[in-house]
Amino acid sequence: MTRALISHGPMPGSTPVPDVDMGTTLGSLSLPAPILTASGCAAAGRELDQFFDITKIGAIVTKSVMLQPRSGRATPRMAETPSGMLNSIGLQGPGIEKFIEQDLAWLEERGARVIVSIAGDTVEDYGKLAARLRTVRSVAALEVNISCPNVADRGQVFACRASSAAEVVSAVRRHSDPRMPIIAKLSPDVTDIVEITDSVVRAGATGVSVINTVLGMVINTDTMRPHLAGVTGGLSGPAIRPVAVRCVWQIRQAFPDLPIIGMGGVRNGLDALEFVLAGANAVSVGTSVFHDPSAPARIQEELQRALGDRGFRRLADAVSYAHRSADVAREADDEFDFISE
Amino acid sequence: MTVQVKGQVLDVRRAGAYHVLSLTAPGISEKAKPGHFVTLGIGGEESSMLLRRAFAIHQVHSRGVYGGTLDIVVGVHGKGTRWLVDRRRHDPIDIVGPLGRPFVLPKESVATVLVGGGYGSAPLFMLAEQLRERGCRVDVVLGAATEERLFGSLELKRLASTLTITTDDGSLGHRGRVTDVLPGLMEANDAGVVYACGPMPMLQRVAEIAAERQAYSQCAVEEAMACGVGVCMTCVLPVIGEDGVTRMLRSCTEGPVFRGDRVRWSDVGTVPADTLGAPVAGGH
Repeated sequence: MTRALISHGPMPGSTPVPDVDMGTTLGSLSLPAPILTASGCAAAGRELDQFFDITKIGAIVTKSVMLQPRSGRATPRMAETPSGMLNSIGLQGPGIEKFIEQDLAWLEERGARVIVSIAGDTVEDYGKLAARLRTVRSVAALEVNISCPNVADRGQVFACRASSAAEVVSAVRRHSDPRMPIIAKLSPDVTDIVEITDSVVRAGATGVSVINTVLGMVINTDTMRPHLAGVTGGLSGPAIRPVAVRCVWQIRQAFPDLPIIGMGGVRNGLDALEFVLAGANAVSVGTSVFHDPSAPARIQEELQRALGDRGFRRLADAVSYAHRSADVAREADDEFDFISE
Repeated sequence: MTVQVKGQVLDVRRAGAYHVLSLTAPGISEKAKPGHFVTLGIGGEESSMLLRRAFAIHQVHSRGVYGGTLDIVVGVHGKGTRWLVDRRRHDPIDIVGPLGRPFVLPKESVATVLVGGGYGSAPLFMLAEQLRERGCRVDVVLGAATEERLFGSLELKRLASTLTITTDDGSLGHRGRVTDVLPGLMEANDAGVVYACGPMPMLQRVAEIAAERQAYSQCAVEEAMACGVGVCMTCVLPVIGEDGVTRMLRSCTEGPVFRGDRVRWSDVGTVPADTLGAPVAGGH
């Protein structure tokens, strides 16, 4: 498939992209760039490849795949909300066999790096999915979706309890190659996200993805009924960005070296930079793709410019930079002579 | 090939209850077929309205200095469509298209009936032209709640062999629904194919009438979409495949035009129990 964004390369009059090493690592996985798609917002990459070269971003994180085909929920599945949207898809998908045969095969042929998101109804499902993917060489890492809010029983949201979150992750770990990076995708709808992080790290997670959507609800004032067929749904988009940045910050404070994929309402390069400064090693772009299908490539270039503008030669130097002590920050600011009487 | 372009607003004009927007859309208008649609970014780069709005391509033109342009028909339903019709000449607009599967045209010259509900008539203009070029007879029926909510009756009168109008309140044409007059039209012109665009209940009835008469129906649905390009999975409806299996298909990439006899119209808004991967007891 040919890409077709009309404005290729720098716009007339725009400055060249500064030379910044955008490479990043998630455990044993090295990526040439830090921008990823967010699971559930890019299908399996094929549709977006019409708008930008999917091999130029860090990786495609595929829509969560389950063992069996899944119809998803009834419609309406979506509502636009202020600077966000509510969705209630219910993990519609082809099931693992068809996913491997069609989607993964295409991604491999295309030469994209792939992080496969998996979801299950039970702990055993996750183990089986990991075992099935163990022999598929195009899988660069697993993202374990334990936080989809669109399930009938909220008690099934594994990420809402430390013990169930750990059970899933240890099942995936047990059935995976010991070198396979395993990233647990966490829910913000918990009292203490650091406690959940601690439990999944102890269970063998290489790192965490934060955040999944925030559980929300919209009532239609014409029908005077819940707008979504599934009643509740997941809130995403810029509306939840501060919640996501806070989660990344808290986890980074507690775990100085843990690989973190940050996401939640990233719309431009400065939004991505916020996550990096808070502690994210990589940043996923989700709902913004619905607004601008070329967003991941655009944001990656904007992030590179933003880093260059701030004097960074390496993305890695900017990761967690906001955590430096206030004294150090003040000294640095003095050097720039920012203080005016 | 689908592209994303920075277009420009050329013109916004009133047409009854609707507005017609002309946009520069180089690379899109040249490839547009009847039934294709575009999505527009709403409210600029920092907009609080994240979701693109989808519109059937109404007309395309090749206009000298502007390259290709296209027209869409907008009904103001909320903040996003209000923002759109408030655009002025030369305002920039982000356009993605052409999107979706267009109407399938008959290989031979058969008689056709085109049915438009409200501004659902928008994609029927290009369709009527192309059917005529193929030697197909084209009869058109337009319906709406009131005369004001009909779109394009004058122009369609020129393109069609006959134009029949229905309004719910009888303010113009026959009082009643398009589907009241459709069987008579199909009988009169011995129609082999019916093309329709409009609200779901209208499409359902059109599909039923076509099936009763052993005619094909091609129905363009209007489902709420978030992305328009096939990645979000919000715009699905139950459709029976060649293999007899019902799947929840995306109206953006597998539609918006579906064979009327394939869509499970009565089940739209639900997941029928025999759908591939349908929830077992307890749901999901």
